[in-house]
Amino acid sequence: MNEIPKRTIIQKYHVRGILITVILSLLLIFSSIMTGVDWSEFFSNLGQFFALLGRMANPDWQYLNVVVQPIIETIQMALLGTTIGTAVAIPFAFLAARNLVKSLLVRGVTRFVLNLVRTLPDLLLAALFVAIVGIGPTAGVWTLAIFSFGMISKLFYETVETIEKGPIEALRAAGANKIQIIVFAVIPQVINNFISYFLYTFEINVRASTVLGYLGAGGIGVFLQRSLSSFRYDQTAVIIIAILIVVVIIDSLSNTLRERLL
Amino acid sequence: MMTKQPLISFKNVSKIYNNGTVGLKKVNLDIFQGEFVVIVGLSGAGKSTLLRTINKMHNITDGDITINGESITPLKGKKLCKLRSCIGMIFQNFNLVKRSSVLRNVLIGRVGYYPTWKSVLGIFSPEDKKKAATALQRVNLAEKIYARADELSGGQQQRVAIARVFMQNPKIILADEPVASLDPLTTNAIMDDLKNLNREFKMTVIVNLHSVPLALKYADRIIGLRAGELVYDKTITEVSEQDFKTIYQEEGAIR
Repeated sequence: MNEIPKRTIIQKYHVRGILITVILSLLLIFSSIMTGVDWSEFFSNLGQFFALLGRMANPDWQYLNVVVQPIIETIQMALLGTTIGTAVAIPFAFLAARNLVKSLLVRGVTRFVLNLVRTLPDLLLAALFVAIVGIGPTAGVWTLAIFSFGMISKLFYETVETIEKGPIEALRAAGANKIQIIVFAVIPQVINNFISYFLYTFEINVRASTVLGYLGAGGIGVFLQRSLSSFRYDQTAVIIIAILIVVVIIDSLSNTLRERLL
Repeated sequence: MMTKQPLISFKNVSKIYNNGTVGLKKVNLDIFQGEFVVIVGLSGAGKSTLLRTINKMHNITDGDITINGESITPLKGKKLCKLRSCIGMIFQNFNLVKRSSVLRNVLIGRVGYYPTWKSVLGIFSPEDKKKAATALQRVNLAEKIYARADELSGGQQQRVAIARVFMQNPKIILADEPVASLDPLTTNAIMDDLKNLNREFKMTVIVNLHSVPLALKYADRIIGLRAGELVYDKTITEVSEQDFKTIYQEEGAIR
């Protein structure tokens, strides 16, 4: 009766694991063949890469004065975009949460809209908004707002779905309505996570907005593109170093804050 | 003399859950103002279901429940909130908002009496704040008023829950296994708190309990449920200890 059962052949020879490894390797090989990626080309061009690095090795430090203003603009764009996106995302997050909204229809429609928004890549959004509102930081702010809305709403409703349901029950039993339940039982449980996710999204947006300028959506990216297309690699180097410093500072700041919160 | 009107009255109440489980089967029961009723029975006998039909946390599938002669079955929306705001509820897991202060948790008992905008902005009247302090003093937790709820022990959390219920100024208190996760000493303190509310303010208290000795110690009247049916209903003076054997009999063992 109480014996250890024999393993099947599939379990004994790890057939499943081996099969998955083989399939994945084949997929990798086929996709590199079909896209025509030539490895020899990659290595033969390595010299060019080092030549470029060499030209960047002498940064034009004078250029720093020009760069400061657009870098600040980039951070401001990210801050505005994240804030607007978050403000709009909060009501949607509550509507999409399974433990708050019983109606499958409301939840389904909300989630469908959110999924739709999330499928739009930020670069596409930027191109779109540059076409609509014209070149400049306004397009960048709109892009980041919509991008953060998609991301924040998902992170938020998933947080709301993990809360304890006991306090909600207690509020309901005390005669509270939906809004009172959200304010008194839900928000205290999620607020720290919400702030943490806001900071995380802000961090991502600072990084993203450096690239957005490439499409004319304002910020430091505009200058990055200008220097590259005029082959002023000494200026490019300054911009990259400046972006690096700003991103590292903001990342570590938001990380420290988030660790304190959770 | 006219017969006294019951406060809560169950008439042929049945509850079948969506998955087919029978919660209650044709329950007829009258509970009077000021009684301290203890409901006993095995797990799954329908004790929690019975309690939760009184404040419509569960809807019944058949029959009718009246409170003060008025049927609660059709109540919805605002009227339902109003009904619930004068019925207090105590839970096994206390159900406090752990990250909020004790004071805020106690004031939560009052939100049903406020318009949404006022409560959301945290505007509570000075009388209610004073009442919250009194409520905490009653359960010996005055010094914890500004502490966060999760800093308290289990017994203390349940006493905050009692203060929260006291804030509601309820006519009826429903307590669902209020002491199941507490040690014996704290258990007595919590039961005493409930008994005091019953004595001092004539609040009707209905408690689900697992423990027979506790039921015998505190109840005015004991009700037994088995598989959703009301199988026992006697006032404390009539109860004998042998009676509990039938209540706690396994379903299959009934002759």
